Amino acid sequence: MTVNAQGPTNTPLDTHFNVETPEGIQFNAAAAGPIPRMLAYTIDSLWRGLVYCIVFITTDFLGKAGEGFFLITLFLLEWFYPVVFEVFRNGQTPGKKAFKIKVVNEDLTPVTWGNSFIRNLLRAVDILPFFYVFGLTSMTLSKHFQRLGDMAAGTVVIYNTAAPMRAPKENALEPCAPPKALTPNERRAITEFTLRSSDISESRQEELATLLKPVTDKEGEEGAKLLKSIGAWLLGHK
Amino acid sequence: MKQQEFETKYQDTWHTFEAMIDHYHTNNITPGKEFPTLYRQICGHLSLVRERHYASSIEIYLNRLITQGHHILYEHSGKIRWHDILKAIALFPAALQRNGFYVLWATLLFVVPGLFTAFFTYADTSFIYSIIEPNTVQDIEFMYDPKNNKLGRENRGSDTDIAMFGIYIYNNIGIAFRTFAGGILFGLGAAFFLVFNGLYLGAVASRLTMAGFSSTFYPFVIGHGAFELTAIVFSGAAGLKIGHALINPRQYTRLTALKLAARDAVHIMYGATLMLFVAAFLEAFWSSSSTLPIAVKLSVGVLFWALVIWFCFYSRLGYRNEL
Repeated sequence: MTVNAQGPTNTPLDTHFNVETPEGIQFNAAAAGPIPRMLAYTIDSLWRGLVYCIVFITTDFLGKAGEGFFLITLFLLEWFYPVVFEVFRNGQTPGKKAFKIKVVNEDLTPVTWGNSFIRNLLRAVDILPFFYVFGLTSMTLSKHFQRLGDMAAGTVVIYNTAAPMRAPKENALEPCAPPKALTPNERRAITEFTLRSSDISESRQEELATLLKPVTDKEGEEGAKLLKSIGAWLLGHK
Repeated sequence: MKQQEFETKYQDTWHTFEAMIDHYHTNNITPGKEFPTLYRQICGHLSLVRERHYASSIEIYLNRLITQGHHILYEHSGKIRWHDILKAIALFPAALQRNGFYVLWATLLFVVPGLFTAFFTYADTSFIYSIIEPNTVQDIEFMYDPKNNKLGRENRGSDTDIAMFGIYIYNNIGIAFRTFAGGILFGLGAAFFLVFNGLYLGAVASRLTMAGFSSTFYPFVIGHGAFELTAIVFSGAAGLKIGHALINPRQYTRLTALKLAARDAVHIMYGATLMLFVAAFLEAFWSSSSTLPIAVKLSVGVLFWALVIWFCFYSRLGYRNEL
């Protein structure tokens, strides 16, 4: 068996993408697809609906003038609700916050006024002809799930998940040097296997270890044990 | 260096940095001077992690730390300052003058259909019914008939002014925004709204003039029209600009051309939005007055037009260096 030593030759089918900043730093982010965004939109719509109801009831007491206030609220919420939250609340409307996604510029800097304004004005087209059909079509066809407004504004919606670092576990196994020279990708595969072994069932571990028989000369339970020992050695356990 | 050694060595730096980020998000305390230094160090660590093929969990962790740090370093002030609004106003005429080509086309798409329907309504009064429903025509005529005295805000409470203000904001600014947005459909949406509004307004103006309601109609529309009609044309021009970028992207890819066009067009939209708020205010609180003499309303209206045209096409405000 060979793990490709050259690294992956073709870009994987993945929502992750890299951005290199002018400072020479490479960030990695995962674009959020239509489902979390639709759910976030639903939550935002509920909040807006609630505000409409409250404003409608309170302005009703103000008679004619109340109608005016209600329409002004309607206008502001319809066009500027997302803009205000995106610019002042770290790219997140309440709905986006609930689903841990946020709007950023394509270079992963915080979204700016102008870009937020453009993407939310163009919502008027994405929503056409009904149920955001244009927006959804555009999302499925574009690289980073961008609707028309996102493309014009140069923004993306990304996941904002805080992945905790896996605490390096004290390994019970005796570290053991690999029986032969390993390629970087092989080394990496083995360390990943070691770190994540607690999430993988015993039998699956054995199955995976059997695949690496050409490297370890062992299979099944023994192979898995040896792989974890090699992993411990690679991680630098003593 | 093995991964574990690496982690033990730099863990404290990462934890300090992480604590600063948490502190910023929970208590809104801006991190101190050492923040950028730590940030640069951790960027270096991430590069090493990638170079040495350490496990992905540590890479993900560091990537998240510096992504969050990057956001804090590049965050905006979070306030709207007067300076920003004045800057938007100053850059507006410059953006219009840069895009004179689109403003001209938008004006033609709006005015030519208007003249067309005005002429046909003049030649045959019933022509208007092929554009507007008879009931609506009746309503409009009723509103502007001097006998009915419907327009005067003095005859209604100030609460009606506010109600009208709300209607103008909701409808008119909404139309202008949709006109701009429609531009992304290769300019067709913007052109549609411009032509449609032109046809409609031309027919109405012609019909009311022929019915002899000029004395109520023109003094009413001239004041806020200076801001409203022009702002709708400008929104259309901004929309045509993004549409044209898609049709003829020149040396760029379509996507890049679209982004560049939108970045410029947004300066027009800031200005147009402000003009539309002014227009809604005037329409509700000034145009509707019936006690002001017609001469005053007409001359102020002419003044507004002159002011708008001068500001939009002749002022050199945005070109000054200090901006």
